Amino acid sequence: MRHLLSISDLSAHDAIVILDTAAELERVSDGQVKKLPTLRGRTIVNLFAEDSTRTRISFEAAAKRLSADVINFSAKGSSISKGESLKDTAMTLQAMGADAVVIRHSASGAPQRLADSQWMTGSVINAGDGTHEHPSQALLDAFTIRKHLGKGGSNLAGIKVAIVGDVLHSRVARSNVLLLTLLGAHVTLVAPPTLLPVGVESWPVNISYNFDDVVAGVDVVMMLRVQQERMSDLFFPNAREYSRYFGLNLQRLAKMQPHAIIMHPGPMNRGLEIAAEVADSARSVIVEQVANGVSVRMAILYVLLAGAPLESESKL
Amino acid sequence: MSVALSASDISRALIRISHEILEKNQGASNLTLLGIPTRGAHLASRIAQSIASIEGCEVPVGMLDITMHRDDLRIRPLRAIMSTSIPREGIEGRDVILIDDVLFSGRTIRAALDALGEIGRPRSVQLAVLVDRGHRELPIRADFVGKNLPTSPSQSVRVRLTEIDGADEVLIEGESH
Amino acid sequence: MTSSKFLLKGGALPDGTLHDIVIEGELITTVHAGISDPQATVIDATGCVILPGLVDLHTHLRQPGREDAETVESASRAGAKGGFTALSAMANTSPVADNAGVVEQVYRLGQEAGLLDVFPIGAVTQGLKGEALSEIGAMADSVARVRVFSDDGMCVFDPLVMRRALEYIKKFNGVIAQHAQEPRLTVGAQMNEGEISARLGLRGWPAIAEEAIIARDVLLTDHVQSRLHVCHVTTAGGVEIIRWAKARGINVTAEVTPHHLLLTDDLSCSYDPVFKVNPPLRTEKDIHALREALADGTIDIVATDHAPHTMESKECEWQEASFGMLGLETALSIVQKTMVDTGLMKWQDVADRMSKAPATIGGYDQQGQGIAPGNFANLTVVNPSQTWTVDRDLVQSRSRNTPFHGYQLPGVLTHTFYKGKATLLNGVVA
Repeated sequence: MRHLLSISDLSAHDAIVILDTAAELERVSDGQVKKLPTLRGRTIVNLFAEDSTRTRISFEAAAKRLSADVINFSAKGSSISKGESLKDTAMTLQAMGADAVVIRHSASGAPQRLADSQWMTGSVINAGDGTHEHPSQALLDAFTIRKHLGKGGSNLAGIKVAIVGDVLHSRVARSNVLLLTLLGAHVTLVAPPTLLPVGVESWPVNISYNFDDVVAGVDVVMMLRVQQERMSDLFFPNAREYSRYFGLNLQRLAKMQPHAIIMHPGPMNRGLEIAAEVADSARSVIVEQVANGVSVRMAILYVLLAGAPLESESKL
Repeated sequence: MSVALSASDISRALIRISHEILEKNQGASNLTLLGIPTRGAHLASRIAQSIASIEGCEVPVGMLDITMHRDDLRIRPLRAIMSTSIPREGIEGRDVILIDDVLFSGRTIRAALDALGEIGRPRSVQLAVLVDRGHRELPIRADFVGKNLPTSPSQSVRVRLTEIDGADEVLIEGESH
Repeated sequence: MTSSKFLLKGGALPDGTLHDIVIEGELITTVHAGISDPQATVIDATGCVILPGLVDLHTHLRQPGREDAETVESASRAGAKGGFTALSAMANTSPVADNAGVVEQVYRLGQEAGLLDVFPIGAVTQGLKGEALSEIGAMADSVARVRVFSDDGMCVFDPLVMRRALEYIKKFNGVIAQHAQEPRLTVGAQMNEGEISARLGLRGWPAIAEEAIIARDVLLTDHVQSRLHVCHVTTAGGVEIIRWAKARGINVTAEVTPHHLLLTDDLSCSYDPVFKVNPPLRTEKDIHALREALADGTIDIVATDHAPHTMESKECEWQEASFGMLGLETALSIVQKTMVDTGLMKWQDVADRMSKAPATIGGYDQQGQGIAPGNFANLTVVNPSQTWTVDRDLVQSRSRNTPFHGYQLPGVLTHTFYKGKATLLNGVVA
């Protein structure tokens, strides 16, 4: 495995290796060990052509705990915002000797363009591309779910997950649908019909337009962020109506099963898709998701960068 | 392929090592056993049991995965990382006995020493191995050895343990020259 | 450029009969079996099919404005290489071909290149903005004699503007070539809307956005009794509407591109913008309907929508990239592969869909004529039993954005004659 561009690059076995590795790394980090020498001398570039402080910091912490050298190349002030092409940026990174590029980009497919091009030879890790995918987020979500609800097995067989909100524009939803179903979970997408993509029928999920029908039966409620720009784009009448039908409020919280957990990839719109009291409730594992992010991203970097480059390898 | 150690050879060697550890450390009170996964971890459990039956006391036993500290990651296919579990007492000030199945180049032990250094500062670190097959590439030696097996570099030594492989034996594969 | 006397020996005419052909000056002088003529340059056409010179009704030549991507001259070379004797220069140049000055310039550049006829298409509206009609009459009366008007790239969306345009061109039996794309349903659209776009997170271009405009336009055309040509039909639904309109006697013609006969939207999975095109690549089901419609005549012609783009407008993120792909040099091979080799059409049908019918729609009198004595010697010689491999580094076009790079295709073009001149001789452009 050389790149992580999409969850569809992974087999169930690969995903479990990453989750197991993350679990071990977390135990190491929980002890006294803050730093491992594994990637000493390797250079990892965080290429963030779109703002995302939390993902960038998470990858940076992961890389540093593995002793890699980290170079941050973020949108503001970088040449990307000045219209430099992806190609030129990639060639610059190649010249700098980047062993891996963690890329966040507003264009769907930009990481794959980097990986497939001859512009650079390092590993490419998709840290969120447009409305396509966000594989490391899905892996940390699966890791969090397994930690709380895993029934001893290494996968998520039988666990019921509702993913609620703007599926159409959500890279987190796309990656999670692929990963959670790959690991045996049952996924239900809950959204207004306007925020589900045409073609969603072919996904291995259930679809519901009614949050109240779903909330009591699931083990995990994963809320998606509603972006401000959707408000003016006819997807729903207004924020109040969205919140009433698709927000996670105290009434819906009360209907959830006692063991069920609440997740959100952040950043949250409190009061819109999730009520503040719910976000801060004991059932919410939102803060923990952030902490798990570092272990999972360490595992991703380890799996991609630690082994010998194989002759025939490309993507998994 | 030839059998270098039988099940009873292994059993006797481990009992002897247990005695030697106790003798050298004047008892078990400050000992912590750390096996290197996977087979070293099983050997550590066996030695712990053996010490328990000799001394009548429990010795803290754990395992130490050294994968993340290896210096050959880039020249070998990816290795899955194994579990690390450090006993509750920790290793600070303890006499740590590292336990592995085969001592060869010494690089694994070098990595183990690095890994230990990240966790704490033991009073001493000693090394016990079931087989020492020679061909060291680093200045490392074992304190307790089950059996010295002269081999050629092209041969391979396979340790099989009941817990994983269904039987106890040590095999040498390949021609000696 | 060689212009003298040629004798094409042993080739098959589109109807399958074997004839020798003598070309003298601009004309075909003899069509007969067993001719020998010691004064003529003899071309051995054994095993080849001889077609009337191909006519493209939809070509982006990029001149004026984007000479870095293509020029009239380079497109003419690409056309000759692909067996074409006439191209139709789309109006979306810079400046836009919305007045007599620009169309005459393009026409003259075509004459100067001298490898084929370049017939300018005039813009329907000023600046392709869809608001005010361009100088349609002046372009029709110019040296370029424009008969086809199109805002291609943009849809003439306002129904009133479309109605007026359809009415206005009746004066000289013109035709409006519509790029059928409902703009509000395709804001920011990147590819066909469906299973693949959902997975890739690329904004969808729904089939309905094409079909809604086709439906509206055939009804308008019927109402004002004018003539409509639908550019690059891509959807099974669009085909159905056109079939219905023709059955009602509405004067509508339609084209399909070679790439829409072969390529599907799953190619977008690579995110390689060489597959980004407007209208987008669709599904297997659409391809099936398009092939069937081309075979039964519901779709009248194949047109390339040849759209050269510079490297930098394709070597980038998908959503940043330009729409369009090269088409001239591969068109006939793709048609052979998808329509002839599949048994859907005969070479006679190819001659109709790629030469006679487009010439008729465009009003190009000296093109698309039969292969008979006294007609202009516009001829294309193809060996259908040979194959070739597409190499984007070896194209005649200035751009390299062919989606067929590396494809092995049937049908090797050996010669093209434009008014008696060999513009392609033994596979080499004159």
